Amino acid sequence: MKPAPFAYARPDDWPAALALLAEGARPVAGGQSLGPMLNLRLALPERVADLRHLPGYAGVTVQGETVRIGAGTTHAAIEDGAVPGRLGDILAGVARRIAYRPVRNRGTIGGSLAHADPAADWVAVLPALPGHAVALGPAGERRIPLAAFVLGVFETALRGDELLCAIELTALPAGTRFGHWKFCRKPGEFSKATACVLARPGAPPTAVLAALDAAPLVIADAAALLAEPAAEAARIAAALALDDPWRAALARTALRRAAEAAR
Amino acid sequence: MTAPEGGGDAARDALSRSPRGVGAPLRRKEDARFLHGRGRYVGDIRPAGTLEVAFLRSPVAHARLLGVQKPANGLVFTAADLTEIAPIRANSALPGFRPSDQPALASGKLRHVGEPIAACVAASRAEAEDLAAACVLDYQALPAIADMLAARAPGSALIHEHWPDNAFLETRRDEDLADLDAIAAAKVRRRLRTARQSMAPLEGRGVLAEWDPRLEQLIVTTAAQMPHVTKTGLAECLGLDEGQVRVVAPDVGGGFGYKGILLPEELVCAALAMRLGRPVRWLEDRLEQLTANANCREHFYDVTAWADAKGKLLGVAVDATVDAGAYSAYPFSACLEAAQIGSIFPGPYVLPRFRFHTVSACTNKPPILPYRGVARTGVCYAMETTLDALARQLGISAQAIRAANLVPPTAMPYRNLVGKVFDSGDYPEALRRAVAAVDVAAVRARQAAGETVGFGLSVFCEQGAHGTSVYHGWGIPFVPGFEQAQARFTPDGVLELRVGLHSHGQGLETTLAQVAHEILGVDPARVRLVHGDTALTPYSTGTWGSRAMVMAGGAVAEACRLLGERALAIGAALLQAPVEGCSLRAGAIHHGEAQVTLDQVARTWFRSPQNLPANVDRGGLDVTAGYRPDPDTGTHSYAAHAVVARVDTETGNVTLEQYVIVEDGGVLVNPMIVDGQVLGGAAQGIGTALYEEMPFDTEAQPLAGTLADYLLPGATEVPDIRIEHMETPSPWTRFGQKGIGESGAIGPPGAIVNAINDALAPLGAEVLDLPATPARVLAALARAGRA
Ligand SMILES: Cc1cc2nc3c(=O)[nH]c(=O)nc-3n(C[C@H](O)[C@H](O)[C@H](O)COP(=O)(O)OP(=O)(O)OC[C@H]3O[C@@H](n4cnc5c(N)ncnc54)[C@H](O)[C@@H]3O)c2cc1C
Repeated sequence: MKPAPFAYARPDDWPAALALLAEGARPVAGGQSLGPMLNLRLALPERVADLRHLPGYAGVTVQGETVRIGAGTTHAAIEDGAVPGRLGDILAGVARRIAYRPVRNRGTIGGSLAHADPAADWVAVLPALPGHAVALGPAGERRIPLAAFVLGVFETALRGDELLCAIELTALPAGTRFGHWKFCRKPGEFSKATACVLARPGAPPTAVLAALDAAPLVIADAAALLAEPAAEAARIAAALALDDPWRAALARTALRRAAEAAR
Repeated sequence: MTAPEGGGDAARDALSRSPRGVGAPLRRKEDARFLHGRGRYVGDIRPAGTLEVAFLRSPVAHARLLGVQKPANGLVFTAADLTEIAPIRANSALPGFRPSDQPALASGKLRHVGEPIAACVAASRAEAEDLAAACVLDYQALPAIADMLAARAPGSALIHEHWPDNAFLETRRDEDLADLDAIAAAKVRRRLRTARQSMAPLEGRGVLAEWDPRLEQLIVTTAAQMPHVTKTGLAECLGLDEGQVRVVAPDVGGGFGYKGILLPEELVCAALAMRLGRPVRWLEDRLEQLTANANCREHFYDVTAWADAKGKLLGVAVDATVDAGAYSAYPFSACLEAAQIGSIFPGPYVLPRFRFHTVSACTNKPPILPYRGVARTGVCYAMETTLDALARQLGISAQAIRAANLVPPTAMPYRNLVGKVFDSGDYPEALRRAVAAVDVAAVRARQAAGETVGFGLSVFCEQGAHGTSVYHGWGIPFVPGFEQAQARFTPDGVLELRVGLHSHGQGLETTLAQVAHEILGVDPARVRLVHGDTALTPYSTGTWGSRAMVMAGGAVAEACRLLGERALAIGAALLQAPVEGCSLRAGAIHHGEAQVTLDQVARTWFRSPQNLPANVDRGGLDVTAGYRPDPDTGTHSYAAHAVVARVDTETGNVTLEQYVIVEDGGVLVNPMIVDGQVLGGAAQGIGTALYEEMPFDTEAQPLAGTLADYLLPGATEVPDIRIEHMETPSPWTRFGQKGIGESGAIGPPGAIVNAINDALAPLGAEVLDLPATPARVLAALARAGRA
């Protein structure tokens, strides 16, 4: 379990990073997913480009209602309150349940989203939030709605010549309710079903059902689910026609429990 | 020095009760280095010029190996290159046993995924893996036997082609039980499975081999729990005499049985070191440990049991199959588990009639290796869940059916119908205390209110430290005899103990010092334990079978007693008093008010021999003594586990709310260390019960390659476990101590699944297979029409 030989580059600015990308380098952020893939020789890049020293890669900035989270912000920083307000509470609660602290100290929100593991926590939660993924390519920045960013298993809307540079979210009012439930038997185990429901005052509630070995299911208007969690969760889960009866039961339970927690 | 030899209450009553002697909760001497990260493991040892090995391993479970195309550059060795290594052969003398030849590197056939095919050697492990990745294999796939019950189906592919079928061994005890149908008040039949697991010590295997041209000796530093047996195996397979092989086992990060096994990788590294004249090292990684090597536990039981209206067992019939994998592992052999099932299935109970048939099935999986508890964990699971099924049918409690069948204390020592002899104990009292420690009424009240919560029990006994009389009949590569220990003073009066077994978590550096203190009164801080080096220690079969504290404890006590006699004679001479008027106490020889310390005695022997008496024992202050209990049929520690578990019927998830263990390990040499042993074992048993499983697909491909897929219970999954001790001395051991090292790992699956099934009983559901994962619990509910 040692990686095949690869070269290491450490770009100091974004153009250099994009140039490395164009030459076929594989970006690396916290290395918490790429590292194991290298060691298992599932990833065989000739070169990796370490993004962690790019200006503004980590950190949170607030402009009006927009909260910009640098892609390189670690799970631990979010857990520790890097994001202010009600949005920050919600994100901290999610971050706290990602693996255990040593993984959170290194793993990044951008790395997690770009990796697009269907079982990952940010992949399951961010699509429920109002906001965008900010991609940077040769032609500049591009904003992709979070609900449309993850397209499939390990598949995103990022183009091959783009880097994910930030997540931009809209601040949430104090009265926002949020329910989040995931099933894993121990910290650090991949979730077998994750659901979250977000209810903002004055906007239709949104929901996500994820960790089902597919792209997350985004429910743009989850009013019915909030009104009748049990029946709606059963209906939505049944429509997925999952083969494994246990995973089907978990999907149903996740959605119902998340909805109940958001009421 | 006054303690009697014979064990029992007298031995216990004679203990000094010194705060550093036998029975004291002394802090572990070895913890200073472990807790500061200063342990020294194979992975920490890398002499200059060391070459690292990566193994090219079989990607398929069953195939004819046609060829290996090596990369143009680099050192790659196949079986054809290393013909000096004879295959590993772990025979058994049990009638009908079919031996298998396990080649160090595969030749001709591939018999399991992960089987080593070629050794790739380079300056670093990463470069060695590059070489392995550059090899090209040519093979012709054969049908794989992925399941032990399918292994013997007519017409199935043969794994060892000169065998008539895929079985290492069958054993049976015939007894016609048909008449019980007519007289029994209850009869149940259960088909139960335990999963294939991979033992997961923190440290994997690792080996560093060097050839010392001066001594003309192969020095193998290896993560081993039985270094002398490893040495014998290495010498046999490499055609060396045993004087040419030295095995060093440095700090070892957990053994659990896995590190008693002679591995092909050890042989290959040794041969390469001799060929290349360079140190050669292989460090197992987690993928190799999980998928290629540390396999254990997989059993299938078909049990039928009959009981009368009070729950008294009338008879049991069991047909058991163990998936032994592709080869017979050295030294315990492929029949270790299955053949034991017949003798241990009755457990701690009085069983009047018994029929068994066992099969050690050969499959295309890695060889099954002994894991803490060995066959007992599966047997306890089968017996204890069957008892609860009977109790449910009879409408009596789990406690009542056990109380009706446990061997009573008045029957001790008790010989059961298959000849096992239980030495001592009050089994019903352990049961009573375990039940009393849990508020069962509260569980019943919650059940009545509709909660899916349950109460479960398991009771078992564990034979430990069994010796020659038990093992000679197995005819496996080793038979334990007299355990030896060497005790000697250094010139400044430090006591050095040398033992051939190994301490890798058992705390022997502390407990054997306590034994020495008990006999000689020396300060445990001034006792040094030398172990883990065949060049420095007397031969021993090593640390396994819960034997170390009984066997090495007895041997150290005897060596210290003899050493004390020699010291007494010298001390008496220094005191100018008759030996009969002197006594050894608290590290000094006393005569009336006068005394000389053992330090002074040691100094006299080594540095002032002019002061020695004329008739001094010329053996000096250096004694090797041997010990074996008589009889040596083994001690039986025993325990009752009580569990309260809650089941989430929507997800199938199980939460352990309460866990109680009432344990009797005889006289506890160090109760704190015993607690550690019991807790660690119980955590592993919880893994067996709820988490650990190496799944295989129909092609016998292992499916869990990392610890994200192979779930081990961690700190957040193990509940607070309450331990209560009983201390019934063994009548046969030096201080009345019993072997207890494996016990904790035996009880959990039975108790936990019984608690789950108690919770599910109102829903008509029952879990049968281990581990009781959420998916299996939900499937059980679905079978009952409840999910
Ligand atoms: C033991 C363990 C347990 C874990 N448990 C959980 C868990 O419970 N929940 C959970 O959600 N996650 C879990 N993870 C994953 C963890 O959260 C990772 O941090 C995360 O998946 C990836 O983030 P990273 O910064 O480490 O990315 P990296 O591993 O560095 O990169 C991941 C992938 O994304 C690409 N990438 C990274 N950054 C960018 C970028 N800016 N633009 C484009 N591509 C990029 C890389 O090329 C790579 O393909 C666990 C990981 C480990 C090791």
